[in-house]
Amino acid sequence: MTQVAITHPQWQPICKRSDLVADSGVCALVGDPSLGNNRSIALFFLPDCEPELYALDNWDPFSKAGVIARGLVAEVDGQLTVASPLYKQHFRLSDGVCLEDESVKLNSYQVAFDGDTVCIAVDL
Amino acid sequence: MVKQKLIVIGNGMVGHHFLEQLAGRPEKALFDVTVFCAEPRPAYDRVHLSEYFAGRSADDLALGKVEQYREWGFELLLNDTAVSIDRENKTVTSASGVSKSYDRLLLATGSYPFVPPIPGHEHEKCFVYRTLEDLDAIRNASQGASIGVVVGGGLLGLEAANALKELGLEAHVVEFAPGLMSVQLDEGGSELLKNKIEDLGVTVHTSTATELIEEVDGRLRMQFKGERELITDLIVFSAGIRPEDKLAKSAGLQLGERGGIAIDESCRTSDENIFAIGECALYNNFIYGLVAPGYTMARTALAQLCGETSEVFTGADMSTKLKLLGVQVGSIGDAHGRAEGAAAITFVDEQSGIYKRMITDGEGKKLLGAVLVGDTGDYDQLLQYHLNDIELPEHPEQLILPAADGAAPALGAGALPATATICSCHNVSKGQIVDAVQGGCCSLAEVKDSTKASTGCGGCAALLKNVVDEELAALGVEVNNNICPHFAFTRQELFHIVQVEQIKTFPELLEKHGSGRGCELCKPAAASIFASLWNEHIHKKPHVGLQDTNDTFMANMQKNGTYSVVPRVAGGEITPDKLIVLGQVAKKYNLYTKITGGQRIDLFGARLEQLPEIWRELIDAGFETGHAYGKSLRTVKSCVGSTWCRFGVQDSVGMALEVENRYKGLRSPHKIKMAVSGCTRECAEAQSKDVGVIATENGWNLFVCGNGGMRPRHADLFATDLDDETLIKYIDRILMFYVRTADKLQRTSVWLENLEGGLDYLREVIIDDKLGICEELEAQMANIVGTYQCEWKTAIEDPEMLKRFRQFVNTDQADEKIVFVEERGQPRPAREEEIVKVAEPA
Ligand code: SRM
Ligand SMILES: Cc1cc2nc3c(=O)[nH]c(=O)nc-3n(C[C@H](O)[C@H](O)[C@H](O)COP(=O)(O)OP(=O)(O)OC[C@H]3O[C@@H](n4cnc5c(N)ncnc54)[C@H](O)[C@@H]3O)c2cc1C
Ligand code: SF4
Ligand code: FES
Repeated sequence: MTQVAITHPQWQPICKRSDLVADSGVCALVGDPSLGNNRSIALFFLPDCEPELYALDNWDPFSKAGVIARGLVAEVDGQLTVASPLYKQHFRLSDGVCLEDESVKLNSYQVAFDGDTVCIAVDL
Repeated sequence: MVKQKLIVIGNGMVGHHFLEQLAGRPEKALFDVTVFCAEPRPAYDRVHLSEYFAGRSADDLALGKVEQYREWGFELLLNDTAVSIDRENKTVTSASGVSKSYDRLLLATGSYPFVPPIPGHEHEKCFVYRTLEDLDAIRNASQGASIGVVVGGGLLGLEAANALKELGLEAHVVEFAPGLMSVQLDEGGSELLKNKIEDLGVTVHTSTATELIEEVDGRLRMQFKGERELITDLIVFSAGIRPEDKLAKSAGLQLGERGGIAIDESCRTSDENIFAIGECALYNNFIYGLVAPGYTMARTALAQLCGETSEVFTGADMSTKLKLLGVQVGSIGDAHGRAEGAAAITFVDEQSGIYKRMITDGEGKKLLGAVLVGDTGDYDQLLQYHLNDIELPEHPEQLILPAADGAAPALGAGALPATATICSCHNVSKGQIVDAVQGGCCSLAEVKDSTKASTGCGGCAALLKNVVDEELAALGVEVNNNICPHFAFTRQELFHIVQVEQIKTFPELLEKHGSGRGCELCKPAAASIFASLWNEHIHKKPHVGLQDTNDTFMANMQKNGTYSVVPRVAGGEITPDKLIVLGQVAKKYNLYTKITGGQRIDLFGARLEQLPEIWRELIDAGFETGHAYGKSLRTVKSCVGSTWCRFGVQDSVGMALEVENRYKGLRSPHKIKMAVSGCTRECAEAQSKDVGVIATENGWNLFVCGNGGMRPRHADLFATDLDDETLIKYIDRILMFYVRTADKLQRTSVWLENLEGGLDYLREVIIDDKLGICEELEAQMANIVGTYQCEWKTAIEDPEMLKRFRQFVNTDQADEKIVFVEERGQPRPAREEEIVKVAEPA
């Protein structure tokens, strides 16, 4: 990985299509722990939705643990969300806003397939 | 404006009801209210006093709250008994020396338990059963005691006997009269009740007069007339109540010949400024020992005080329905058929222990009274015939005969006139309930809240629900028990659909019967139903996304995102070698180790990516998953039983192992816990479990639907002295019936409480096969038992499944946010402030 400071979001490959689990989440690491700019990202793959990929921070601000990727995908009032596995708050997949407390928001990231590779736009 | 001074003496259920009603009326502004309350706390629910032993606290039972009285502006003097009334100067003086003047005075002093003057009755191990303090004293005395006797076989005496039994004592009831509950029941009814109660292990001594109580070797000896005697550790007197009329007597108010403050239709005593209501009051030479008539008097007295002179009390119905020691008893109106020309129709089924008797007028047109023992299913209907003078059908006997002998013309809620009283405690008519529903109350809870119906003794609950449901249906409102917005079905309906249409996946279910994409309510519920029916691995492709995180990773997530590992230790029995393996694994992966409340060992702090390795080592050593994460069988607790214990009468460990191994892996609406005890000392605490088994000399007693946890429930005795085979057969059926019919996340305790017909109905379904489904239930269970797999064993052998157990899909690094610190020689999750320290190297 280059050590140049990146000042604009940059698309980067993050994992393979086969790493994803349909209708559920997985977690990926971007950045470099040794540089202290690493970040855990929760990736959700909903094959028959538009869009079909979502990326949010994996860190749950309520429970203070990295667990969002392990939440259950739930539709609430027509909105796609993930329910935190610990205290069950719902975060909207499209923008990370918490439905129970709109002042809380997870960072959300652009994410897309490039063939069989999953790419994410992250500003590190 | 000068306010009238109103003093209320006594803050029991009736006095409180009066004040609560007053607080809700505009006339409240006309009175300055002072209340003398002899007890240390404001009014509480005496009717449900016994629930104090079943876990309800004094707070739960409270009716009046100190703050509430303050808000109402009523002066409440707790712990202060009124000791004299000066009618000339219109003042009341209390034990603490407070003196207050009044314009109007209300006596609501209730009654006190009558203690027959048997020599020795004042011994410190003799108690009465009236106040919370009495119950505390009984509970204290029961510690270390083994036998308890209740003197008095009336309604309250039997309730007290039940309480003694629940406190773990061997209970006896000593009754002077030849029958139990002689006020309510006729001879046939009380004989049957006696048999039923004896079947439940309470010894009943009727026609028995106690002549002497004396202490012998630290215990009590009761000497009965005719040489008989009984040794006991404590005695509870429940030989009737006497009106608390001392104060009225010393004030010169007119009393009845045998006590009671005489009142007229307006609830006034012989002094027109003094009213009396509740159990201290005597109307028409009658004391009403129930709460509903007291409430009616309270409303009358209040109306009179407010100038509504047409509002009068003309007596009240004394019908009661109750469940004593699990036996249902109901008595309506003139149960003894004392009225002139009365005719009786009796139905007895000795085999099932059912006794029903109706008293009609000479022409058989009106129902004067009824007695029901063993089955009160007809109570509501009969009561409505009685209270509303509804003309009986041509063959009135059909009202009490079992349905098979001729269809009883059901008197639905719809047949009742609008004036019919539904709730006698709060005097709520059908009309008022209908108005409440039409006025926008859309659920039972809202109707209760708005009308107060069914918030007293609770006896009207079933009827109220019928009226509300019927009215809602008439308005076209659907009663919504739907599982979530995506499925317009209850869990039970969904279960049926999945079973009948053989649906195997969530998308199929959603497409055929739901809408949207599902949520955290319907997905796990559907996954559980699929598992109960088809028992496929929960990680099979279509099911993966349906599970809660604990099921998904087959481990319980802890607060810092790590997991706990709980291998099954069936029956709590474990070999030294296996214990060593647990220790070695815990040491290798640095896991916090703790003995759980379920007789097994929990290893905490495993990272997601470590779970498969840890499980591989455990499985190699012969362990299997403990399903600590699933809505499924958790543990079957056992005591050591006859193998080692000098008291054991059966091999409880063996039975616990058989049961645990049979039902492990069964997915259910909520978790299921069981226990097997080797004798009646009950060291495995089986009576707090969903399924409890207790060894007897002849086999096993089966208890069902107990619960620990947030709202503990004592399990009900379901069947006695079963052989191994019958025991398993019944458990099979009960569990499958529960799995089929319970709501999502409903423990067996709540399920049973909501099951119409309750325990008796459950027995009919399981033992008598009333629904003809037992064979099917057993086959379904056999299928689950036959297709059991250790989910972890399957998972570690399947690379696809293992892929899920990666912290990051793109690197093998560990999650650096998970930090442990050491405490008491073991790791634990670091607290936030501790993590900051770790993250900031000096
Ligand atoms: C580990 C253990 C405590 C311990 O250190 O001893 C425990 C731990 C938890 N219990 Fe428990 N319970 C444990 C024995 C009990 C018992 C005692 C027993 O089983 O004899 C009870 C009361 C008995 C009962 O259930 O009737 C108990 C009543 C509950 C309840 C309340 C259930 C209820 O009906 O009110 C919950 C909450 C729930 O299930 O909704 C609960 C929930 C939990 C959860 C799952 C809470 C959570 O969501 O994180 C805890 C996580 C378990 C884990 O991470 O492994 N736990 N829990 C015990 C595991 C026993 C085992 O070997 O499987
Ligand atoms: C265990 C049990 C179960 C019952 N079950 C049922 C049932 O299922 N259905 C039913 O209808 N009824 C039942 N009852 C009866 C019901 O509780 C009574 O009918 C009801 O409590 C009567 O209310 P009350 O206000 O008249 O008397 P109480 O509730 O006895 O209140 C009287 C209060 O006045 C106080 N007091 C007395 N003298 C003075 C004084 N001089 N100064 C100040 N305070 C004084 C007393 O300490 C007491 O607190 C049951 C009773 C018991 C004990
Ligand atoms: S009692 Fe509460 S804190 Fe303790 S284990 Fe059970 S759920 Fe957790
Ligand atoms: S009749 Fe007692 S609560 Fe309704």
